[in-house]
Amino acid sequence: MIDLIPPGFVFIFGAILLPLLKGRVRQAYLLLLPILAYLSLLNLPEGTGFILKFIDYELILLRVDKVSMIFGHIFVIMAFIGFVYAIHLKGFGEHIAASLYIGSSLGVVFAGDLITFFIFWEIMALSSTYLIWARKTKASYNAGFRYIVIHILGGLALLMGIIMHVAETGCIAFNLMELTGLSSYLILIGFILNAAVPPFSAWLSDAYPEATVTGAVFLSAFTTKTAVYALIRAFPDTELLAWAGAIMTLYGVIFAVLANDIRRLLAYHIISQVGFMVAGVGIGTALALDGSAAHAFAHILYKGLLFMGAGAVLYMTGKSKLSDLGGLYKTMPITLILFMVGALSISGFPLFSGFVSKSLIVTAAAKEDLTPIWLLFSIASSGTWLSIGLKLAYFAWFGEDSGIRTKEPPINMLIAMGIASFLCIFIGIYPDILYALLPFESVYVPFTAEKIVWKMQFLFFTALGFFMLLKYLRSKPYIFLDTDLFYRKGAMAFMWFLNNPLAWVGAKITRVAFEIIPSSAIWLSKDPATFLKITSETALLSLSGHEKRVEIEHEIEKKRERYPHDLRKHWTIGPTVFWTVFIFFLITLIYFFLM
Amino acid sequence: MKKEPDFFDKPKNIKILKIIFYISLVVVFIVGFLIPPALFLGMYVPAFYALFGFISCILIIVIAKALGHKWLLRRKEDYYD
Repeated sequence: MIDLIPPGFVFIFGAILLPLLKGRVRQAYLLLLPILAYLSLLNLPEGTGFILKFIDYELILLRVDKVSMIFGHIFVIMAFIGFVYAIHLKGFGEHIAASLYIGSSLGVVFAGDLITFFIFWEIMALSSTYLIWARKTKASYNAGFRYIVIHILGGLALLMGIIMHVAETGCIAFNLMELTGLSSYLILIGFILNAAVPPFSAWLSDAYPEATVTGAVFLSAFTTKTAVYALIRAFPDTELLAWAGAIMTLYGVIFAVLANDIRRLLAYHIISQVGFMVAGVGIGTALALDGSAAHAFAHILYKGLLFMGAGAVLYMTGKSKLSDLGGLYKTMPITLILFMVGALSISGFPLFSGFVSKSLIVTAAAKEDLTPIWLLFSIASSGTWLSIGLKLAYFAWFGEDSGIRTKEPPINMLIAMGIASFLCIFIGIYPDILYALLPFESVYVPFTAEKIVWKMQFLFFTALGFFMLLKYLRSKPYIFLDTDLFYRKGAMAFMWFLNNPLAWVGAKITRVAFEIIPSSAIWLSKDPATFLKITSETALLSLSGHEKRVEIEHEIEKKRERYPHDLRKHWTIGPTVFWTVFIFFLITLIYFFLM
Repeated sequence: MKKEPDFFDKPKNIKILKIIFYISLVVVFIVGFLIPPALFLGMYVPAFYALFGFISCILIIVIAKALGHKWLLRRKEDYYD
């Protein structure tokens, strides 16, 4: 059927034409891609399609159900917003990378089998790396390298798990998995690495702040959310994930409070917010799983919006550190307002999108009597408002005037932020449009008097705490160690080990094997008697007393002079001959004794 | 560049904002008493969420500042260079 085109293909094959187009045509074409993908998405019937034969397996490129559809919807919407934001870019490299990245993310959420899933998963990792490298600074080059190495390692764990799983079950279908045995744990590690669950989270906070202004917007949306999708599909109701997610929420927030770079601060909040989703998967009730999907949907919009706002600041001022910023409200008021919509959404203010999505997961934790998890969620919620809505907004836009005088960003950036802001508020006011997409059909009423009042009390008194401790929160130009310390310093230590002790040992081995042994052997073969004499006298030298020494040294000297050749000068053919003969000898010996 | 005084540079405006903020605090605090008490955790403290929000905020700042001490996680920006 012609209408059964996987939405991801629109982006992947659509990217081919990008280098051929220029100017306005390319801009129009970029916006056309998500529109075409959305049309293909709307036409998809439930069930499976687009099945390819591969060796003995059937690859299902299109598995459509409500879980894949909600992620498909938001991915395509975010693709449109992201392309509007990035439309001013002159080159086509970043557009191609972004297009492949979006297409492969869609490929992952519509994949019906593990092989298809894995292939798209890896295309995602490769294409997203270019969005970091495209910034073309030394820092981004190095961060991109660390990013791709970590993702390749995670991909390898996933691949090993998949191969073992297929060998065990004989089936490549991507469905619910039991968390028993090595294969399932390897697959889980592959998933939670992309979901940035600590200690596998440092790649995110390390690389995203170094990406391009527009690249970070795409990065913030797709990688972690495809991982959430994979976890919903494979590992719902896994207690380990409930706790890991709950700890993640607070982990991200605490590092965000410390962070000085605005995009690193936001990157840590991806870890924190994805923690809610991972925990929702772990709690595993219909309400919690719906909460994870809903929160992923809302999160992509407001996090994209926040990254666009921070990116606009970086784009216009060239600065991204809070210690360099301040007083921007004078020249970037529209950006401030749009950014604050994102900040209020992520903090879960009533009538903004976070309020109607995050509370599903928090309520699910309360209903399951998971009090410690509920407490961690609530404390992290306070920290979210504290670090984005208060700290970041205050020190970038208000605070001490840095003297920076700039302008609002280009109109396309403002439009993209405007669309995202509109959707954040629209979902916040009219959540039924989001709830209609939820896959597990839970029932939740967001707007009750007590929920609103409690939330307002919570957030207002958090603000009181912030203003009381304001003077301790001023950012200074420092960095804070995360788990990337182990591989960044570890790699340095490893390289030192290679270059120093190991290289020394290697040089010694080379010298002994290729110089000393062969030349001695050759020497021996020329005149065994003199060789033995010289050797024995050299040995004697080390044993004898002082008065004998001079005499023996003299003897050795004389013998060396009489010796036919100084073989060290032309030994190049020697070692090869020696080792060939030696190995022949060994083979003969083995042959002789075994036969 | 010249730093011209703007809306938030004027002490009078800051004072007005502060008053609005304090009034909001009092309002949400009082409205909390009109709502049926929270049932979760068996808490019947009407202003539970006000207190909880405030304590959470302080707690996070204290934990973050403690972890961010130079003996623990804080390093100079060129640490990895």
